[in-house]
Amino acid sequence: MAAVQEVHDDHRPHGWVRWVYSTNHKDIGTLYLIFAICAGCIGAFLSIMMRAELMEPGIQIFPGLASMVYGVHGDAALDAGKSMYNMFTSVHALIMIFFMIMPAMIGGFGNWMVPIMIGAPDMAFPRMNNISFWLLVPAFLLLLLSMFMPSAAGAWGPGGGWTLYPPLSTSGQPGPAMDLAILSIHLAGASSILGAINFITTIFNMRAPGMTLHKMPLFPWAVLVTAFLLLLSLPVLAGAITMLLTDRNFGTSFFAPDNGGDPILFQHLFWFFGHPEVYILILPGFGMISQIVSTFSKKPVFGYLGMVYAMVAIGAVGFVVWAHHMYTTGISLDTQRYFVFATMVIAVPTGVKVFSWIATMWGGSIEFRTPMLWAIGFIFLFTVGGVTGVQLANAGLDRSMQDTYYVVAHFHYVLSLGAVFAIFAGWYYWFPKMTGYMYNSFIARLHFWITFIGVNIIFFPMHFLGLAGMPRRYIDYPDAFAGWNRIESYGSYLAGFGVLVFLFGVFEAFAKKRVAGANPWGPGATTLEWQLPSPPPFHQWEQLPRIR
Amino acid sequence: MRHFIFFPPEASVYARHVDWILFGLLGVSAAIIGLVVALLLVFGIRYRRGSRAPRGPLPAWVSRDVEIGWTVATLFTFVFIFWYATASFLTTIGAAPNALEIHVVGKQWMWKIEHSNGVREINELHVPIGIPVKLVMISQDVIHSFFLPALRIKQDVLPGRYTSESFTADKTGTYNLFCAEYCGTDHARMGGSIVIMKKADYQKWLDAQPGAENLAGQGRQLFVRLGCAGCHFEKGHRRAPDLAGLYGSYVELADGRTVRADDSYLRDSILQPKRDIVAGYAPIMPSFEGTVSEDQIFELVAFIKSYSGDAETTQ
Repeated sequence: MAAVQEVHDDHRPHGWVRWVYSTNHKDIGTLYLIFAICAGCIGAFLSIMMRAELMEPGIQIFPGLASMVYGVHGDAALDAGKSMYNMFTSVHALIMIFFMIMPAMIGGFGNWMVPIMIGAPDMAFPRMNNISFWLLVPAFLLLLLSMFMPSAAGAWGPGGGWTLYPPLSTSGQPGPAMDLAILSIHLAGASSILGAINFITTIFNMRAPGMTLHKMPLFPWAVLVTAFLLLLSLPVLAGAITMLLTDRNFGTSFFAPDNGGDPILFQHLFWFFGHPEVYILILPGFGMISQIVSTFSKKPVFGYLGMVYAMVAIGAVGFVVWAHHMYTTGISLDTQRYFVFATMVIAVPTGVKVFSWIATMWGGSIEFRTPMLWAIGFIFLFTVGGVTGVQLANAGLDRSMQDTYYVVAHFHYVLSLGAVFAIFAGWYYWFPKMTGYMYNSFIARLHFWITFIGVNIIFFPMHFLGLAGMPRRYIDYPDAFAGWNRIESYGSYLAGFGVLVFLFGVFEAFAKKRVAGANPWGPGATTLEWQLPSPPPFHQWEQLPRIR
Repeated sequence: MRHFIFFPPEASVYARHVDWILFGLLGVSAAIIGLVVALLLVFGIRYRRGSRAPRGPLPAWVSRDVEIGWTVATLFTFVFIFWYATASFLTTIGAAPNALEIHVVGKQWMWKIEHSNGVREINELHVPIGIPVKLVMISQDVIHSFFLPALRIKQDVLPGRYTSESFTADKTGTYNLFCAEYCGTDHARMGGSIVIMKKADYQKWLDAQPGAENLAGQGRQLFVRLGCAGCHFEKGHRRAPDLAGLYGSYVELADGRTVRADDSYLRDSILQPKRDIVAGYAPIMPSFEGTVSEDQIFELVAFIKSYSGDAETTQ
């Protein structure tokens, strides 16, 4: 009995040992969330610098920045500045995808809430959970370091876009910057694969007695589907970037046309990963939004089984639509027709999700607390991004829209707005549970409205620029595009201010220490995490809950 | 309002066609967004906490029929969009058989353009109105993309492989030309303009350019200078196959395959002659990889295209 007794004691390690050696899913989740906030701030800083540059036609800011950072002057600074802008767009995307959204949604909220919501004491492989997180830190440091390494002649940092298309990422940038970026993605990918294995094992084996898969809440379901997407798609990316690495350093020519290689092969491999990746970024958000809408409507989610199988369908079909990113590469018309069709099909389960969230509100008793505001904002913004996706899926239209700001608007509406709004919805929803403290409702609402208005000012006019034909990844543009660009830049400053409000809100909540209680949301919050005290004990569910 | 543009001009039938598809899709999109916003507002207000609306679980038939209803409705909407958009863009793309062929070489960071009569220009493309134009394009370094917003077309320009882009302009004027695929430092400056001219003006413009022999003529000189003529013009054709009338015909290869002699085949045979050996010949041709530039390959291919077998006498 002594051993059992010891488990019951609060034997948590203290100081740095608690965090660095942590095998506790809640502590690791906290680490992931802090990591995501730091990375997100850096990524947002990069984007605000780009918007500042694009505020006026011509090149204003980056040559000065390049001369400050890299110590070059005159014409060399101008060229280094242009390359630096390219590097900012590339690194902004890599950071936001691999080091902000994925760590926040899967590592952060997934680690924190999946074991609690399925009634498990911890993850299946706690030590592997630790290494999953700690692989991410060197990965991020490698990427940051790569920003200061030479790439092409007179340029620094990986500037091939997050898509890393060869030959620009091979013979186009011989310096070590690209190698570091590739190794960084390798490490981040390994971290995610380990995490995915952990989630799949946990969810399949450690659900509380009575919790069948068809009774499991939608957030763990979303993480389960996401974990399968990660497990099946990331190895393909790892293979593709390994080929890049050997093409660059060991004289192979997988993608080098002079020796019979094919640069388009890389695009197929990349997007075979890349398209499931965008669902990896949004599916956990779907799960969170389902929990939140149901909680604040005080109703179970509408069409639970439909919601589950819509996610499974999105995950499955998501693997066979990749070449809709490649309509302009010269693939045959029949191939294009197939990918148009497959992409249209994937819109159907997505529509099921959107309408089911709305129908959940039907006949409910709706309370517009902060998480619900973010959730409704998510539904609106995601729908806008969704319908422009359906437009772009048409190869004939995409021939004109591909690689313009229309595409930039589309994927920021689903990711920068969709995924980020889901993350903030989840943040305000679970913040009282994770910390035990209640956030300040006024600051939280202010954060919502500033962000909502700011991001719409940034991204809505991008539709107009795209229609007008402005290509993406341009540091300079014809004067005709000046008006919308200026307005967008103002929006980005506003949204940047929103980030400061968010950080202040976190600080304020910890300073004021308003006690939240076990369940601040009332009878609508029915999932298991609300049966525990806030914050939950270091080890929960020592007595497994029974689900009826 | 000069700096707040919504649409570039439409300079071809195809462009107007694309815009119709766009407007159709925008209409459907607006309807979907309108529906979502209206439902959010109606449910949000009617079922807000404390309102007197009736509550309780929905009857089972409502939930079932509603769910089946919207699933089927979205499926039909999207299949209809697929049918409408795909069916219409199939008929409008593709080159006319007698199109005016213009060659484009992309490199970091400029577009080099060669007209078939030998006139060259950089970052500017002059074309006549009303005549089908086919651009045959290749890159000599990384991937670029030839984007003409006024014509609503874009085609990636790849290293090591020809791609093509076709259009028939129907409105004179000077419009933007952009590179749309990320290509490095000066990506944003890799552009210029397309000048669409009346036929007479186009002819006048061509005549005013510095005199040059047409592409095929330049190709013939190069053909002789590089020593190709030694074998390919030899009487009896024991060492190398005859090139007369080769273009567009079907060639039997030593390994039993049959290929069509198109631009890509000719290019590959110059750079990698050991890849497709013609049946009955020994693999003795050296590679010209690194010896000839992409521009010169265009010239050689233009010559082979035009060559009909008068070489023995004129050599």
